[in-house]
Amino acid sequence: MKASAFDYARVASIHHALEMLSLHGEQAKLLSGGQSLLPAMNLRLVSPQILIDIGDLAELRGIAVDSDVLRIGALTRHVELLTSHLVAAHAPLLSDAVKHIAHPAIRNRGTLGGSLAHADPAAELPACMLALNATIIACGRDGERRIAAAEFFQGIYATALRPDELLAAVELPIARQNSVDFFQEFARRHGDYALAGVAARASVASGGFSKLRMAFFAIADRPVLANAAAKLLNVAITPELIADASVAFGNELNPPEDQQASSSMRRHLASVLFRRCVEALLARGRLYGGAG
Amino acid sequence: MIVARRQAERLSVLDRPNSYIGKTVPRPNLDRLMQGRGLYVSDIELPRMAHVVFLRSPHAHAKIVAIDASAAKRMPGVIAIVTGRELAAVITPWVGVLSHLKRLKSAPQYAMAIDRVCWQGEAVAAVVATSRALAEDAGEQVLVDYEELEAVTDMQTALDPKTPVIHPALGDNLAFERLHDTGNVDQAFEAADEVVEAEFVFGRHTGVTLEPRSVVADWNSAEGRLTIYQGTQAPHMVQNIAALHLGLREQQVRVVCKDVGGSFGIKVHIYADEMATYALSKLLRRPIKFVADRVESFNTDIHARDHRCKGRIGVRRDGAITAFKIDDLTGIGPYSMYPRTSAIEANQVVNLVGGPYTTKSYRARARVVFQNKNVMCQYRAVGHPIACAVTEGLVDLAAIRIGMDPVQIRKRNLIADDAYPCASPTGLRFEQLSHQACLTKLVEMMDYAGLRAEQATLRRTNIYRGIGVASFIEVTNPSAAFYGVGGARISSQDGVAVRLDAQGSVICQTSITEQGQGSEALTAQIVATVLGVAMERVRVILGDTDNTPYGGGTWASRGAGIGGEAALQAAKVLRKNILDVAAAILQSNPAELDIAGNAVVNAGDREPRIELSELARIVYFRPDTLPPGIQPELMATRHFVPREYPFAFTNGVQASWLEVDPETGFIRLLKHWVVEDCGTIINPQLVDEQIRGGVVQGLGAALFEKCVYDERGQLTNANMADYLVPMAGEMPDIDVGHVVSPTRESELGAKGAGEAGTAGAAAAVINAVNDALGPFGTLVTEIPLTPQVILTALGRL
Ligand SMILES: Cc1cc2nc3c(=O)[nH]c(=O)nc-3n(C[C@H](O)[C@H](O)[C@H](O)COP(=O)(O)OP(=O)(O)OC[C@H]3O[C@@H](n4cnc5c(N)ncnc54)[C@H](O)[C@@H]3O)c2cc1C
Repeated sequence: MKASAFDYARVASIHHALEMLSLHGEQAKLLSGGQSLLPAMNLRLVSPQILIDIGDLAELRGIAVDSDVLRIGALTRHVELLTSHLVAAHAPLLSDAVKHIAHPAIRNRGTLGGSLAHADPAAELPACMLALNATIIACGRDGERRIAAAEFFQGIYATALRPDELLAAVELPIARQNSVDFFQEFARRHGDYALAGVAARASVASGGFSKLRMAFFAIADRPVLANAAAKLLNVAITPELIADASVAFGNELNPPEDQQASSSMRRHLASVLFRRCVEALLARGRLYGGAG
Repeated sequence: MIVARRQAERLSVLDRPNSYIGKTVPRPNLDRLMQGRGLYVSDIELPRMAHVVFLRSPHAHAKIVAIDASAAKRMPGVIAIVTGRELAAVITPWVGVLSHLKRLKSAPQYAMAIDRVCWQGEAVAAVVATSRALAEDAGEQVLVDYEELEAVTDMQTALDPKTPVIHPALGDNLAFERLHDTGNVDQAFEAADEVVEAEFVFGRHTGVTLEPRSVVADWNSAEGRLTIYQGTQAPHMVQNIAALHLGLREQQVRVVCKDVGGSFGIKVHIYADEMATYALSKLLRRPIKFVADRVESFNTDIHARDHRCKGRIGVRRDGAITAFKIDDLTGIGPYSMYPRTSAIEANQVVNLVGGPYTTKSYRARARVVFQNKNVMCQYRAVGHPIACAVTEGLVDLAAIRIGMDPVQIRKRNLIADDAYPCASPTGLRFEQLSHQACLTKLVEMMDYAGLRAEQATLRRTNIYRGIGVASFIEVTNPSAAFYGVGGARISSQDGVAVRLDAQGSVICQTSITEQGQGSEALTAQIVATVLGVAMERVRVILGDTDNTPYGGGTWASRGAGIGGEAALQAAKVLRKNILDVAAAILQSNPAELDIAGNAVVNAGDREPRIELSELARIVYFRPDTLPPGIQPELMATRHFVPREYPFAFTNGVQASWLEVDPETGFIRLLKHWVVEDCGTIINPQLVDEQIRGGVVQGLGAALFEKCVYDERGQLTNANMADYLVPMAGEMPDIDVGHVVSPTRESELGAKGAGEAGTAGAAAAVINAVNDALGPFGTLVTEIPLTPQVILTALGRL
């Protein structure tokens, strides 16, 4: 398990990185936290000829709030999401989600940009981006491109990024007064990729939902929004309604099968998550003073 | 700690002032390991050393049509590319059978496949280069032309006439069969009020040592000697076998075993790739290093378990168990492992089922079949987890059927603590066990009644918790009955040499080995105690066939019981020798002297008479001042092997408290308890951590670990992401209690403790899960108990 030989370049600017990318094309890989790329290289699943290390690029760092947008740089490490007060205040979903990503050693190195660009269908952060309706900012030689999260994830390890672009940052609408977040996943062990998971943001008023975005992961080739959530908008929520919606949601899915779970098990777990998520959001909405 | 009755009568050499026995003292090797100064095989760098990477078969069963290494040979750094056929000129094949396992058969196995591969991962060529990375690069250029053959993968159909026979010369795929019948079994079932049956399924899993298997083999043609640096549990066994198959005398082979990063039975076998590495060194006349990577480890480290066992129990309404019956089936891969064989696990299952109970009637069949999967062999607690899960699962089923509490039915049937010596239905002899005392203590430790009440309350709020109890026996301190009688050159005795050096410190050489369990610590504790010196004065040397007495090593929970007793006896002799010299110097009588605090003292008033350093100075540098006729012997060697009992059985009981989410099938372990009886406890912390570590491995089997093969014999989860080892986040607190019944076979009185945790953990969990799911009327008897298994059993999918 040794990677094949490769060249390595540590770039000094975004411009430099993009130049290297277009020079080397398919042969190059951007290196961010290395927590997905390096294991794959050691297993010789990928053998890039050159690694372009973007670790020095200050432009890709930082967490900041600008009016009603929270901007997080691509190089932000998982551990920084976990400890950031801005994230806790404006996107508590992320603070919750990151606890489920791997273990401290990996969280100390892995980055937001790497996770999103890698686009593992079982990863937590892509689903959070979808739930939070994030905008992903890509940088190419022609300038910036703003891509909605719903368009960004296109399949297993596939995104809307072009080969000569890099992911620079994400922008998230900040949490509003009556908004509540919920994150839960079923994983075999702490830190494992989930068998099924949900990341959700809702606006709760009068015991019901005025907004509800539930993004599920590990149950399709990319994170997906539950269409069935629409059944719960602006109506009085009853247990029967939740049960109906969760069954309807199960029927939306055609989950993949792997060693950890069959397709039907994933569907079942997703339905359970759907119900638990809705119940928890409502309970939190009440707790946080959403009249009810 | 309950100290069993006989302890008091047995004041021994260990009951001395400042005794280290029974005390938690830090291990002498701790600082070295914590400061990163351990020496593992992969740390070893020798001049001219080359690295070998084995090219491994991607197929479970295939003919090797051709190997073309011409392009690979031209790759940078390549020294040689060697095929199985070429290597067979240097090293002879072997057959993993032993004569006491009647009719066990296997086929000759070569260091590397010659014209056929029999499992995915079997080595077909060795790429030797100046670095591992270059060898891997070159390996990608070796072209092997395979013709795929039908793979035998399902053990349940391995014996069908339609199934291809893996080794045609053997006639069929049956490696071994054992039948046992005590007689009167049918009558005993007829005498029962209820008969309950179930089939138990155990996943194939493996040991996953932190440090993979690694070897540096260094053939010195000038000396005509091969030095093997290897993380092995049994250096003398490796020496014997390497010599035998390389055509050398044992004296021409030295095995050095420095620090070892975990073994668990994985490193007690002879692996084909390790043999190939020795042979490559001889062939290429230079040091060769082989360090398995994680993928190779999963594909070639022995696997274990993988049993399907049908069980039946007869019970009377008053709770008396009338009979047990089992029919066990296991698949072991294409070869029986060498030299310990792959029949032992099934054999143990037959031996151990029903072992804790008074029930006399027992019938068993075990069949061991060949398959095209990785080889299987002995891993921590060989056979015990299966026997225990089957026995204890059946006992719980019987209890449910007659409406009796699981603790009650065990009290009713466990052998009474005053019934010893006695024997099991398979003839295993028990010297002194303490099932009842252990169970009593367990019930108290866990507050059984309190938990039952909590369980009942929580069920009303749809929280499903369960309690599972499992009694067990454990085979420890094996005599020659294990391997020696079958013709294996695996020593069951161990030796220890102790000597007083010229400054009054002690050097101790022992044939047991250290892989983290504390062999070094316990040896030092015993020697220091018996001699009367501080532990810091004792340096323990182990793991070197040139520099230790001959012996078995550390496996089968034997290090403390056998190696520890040899240490005790050697130290006793040295002590006597020292006192003889001291008496001569002091013109006193040895009986009036003792050793304490690194000095010879008066036995009566404890007044110091002469420092050991001073005594040593006189002996080594001024022997002329000693009275005439005195020849001091400040070195003593003793060996020990149990002779009266073939095995020192230990016993204990475990309990699990857990919660099942019936909606998701996830299990949360809340708490685990173990009460065990390993005889004399030398170092309580080491024993407790052995128990806890063992439990964790058992819990891994219960919930997580499984080598998943597809129907073509491909191992589909050979990595740490997909093969789930138990991790701290999922582990419960594990409380350990003890009952102490020392063995009388030795003065030390220690039995083994290394495998007790693994023996009963899964059984306790399975019983607890079924207890939790009681209201749903489901029964789960398959491990690992994955959410998929639970949800399927609950009919939710
Ligand atoms: C044992 C283990 C367990 C893990 N468990 C989880 C888990 O439970 N959940 C989870 O989500 N993740 C998990 N991970 C993955 C981890 O979160 C990674 O950090 C993350 O997926 C990738 O981030 P990275 O910064 O390490 O990216 P890298 O490994 O450096 O890169 C990943 C890919 O993204 C590309 N890339 C990186 N940055 C950019 C960029 N700015 N623009 C364009 N492309 C880019 C790279 O070229 C590469 O193809 C685990 C990893 C390990 C080793």
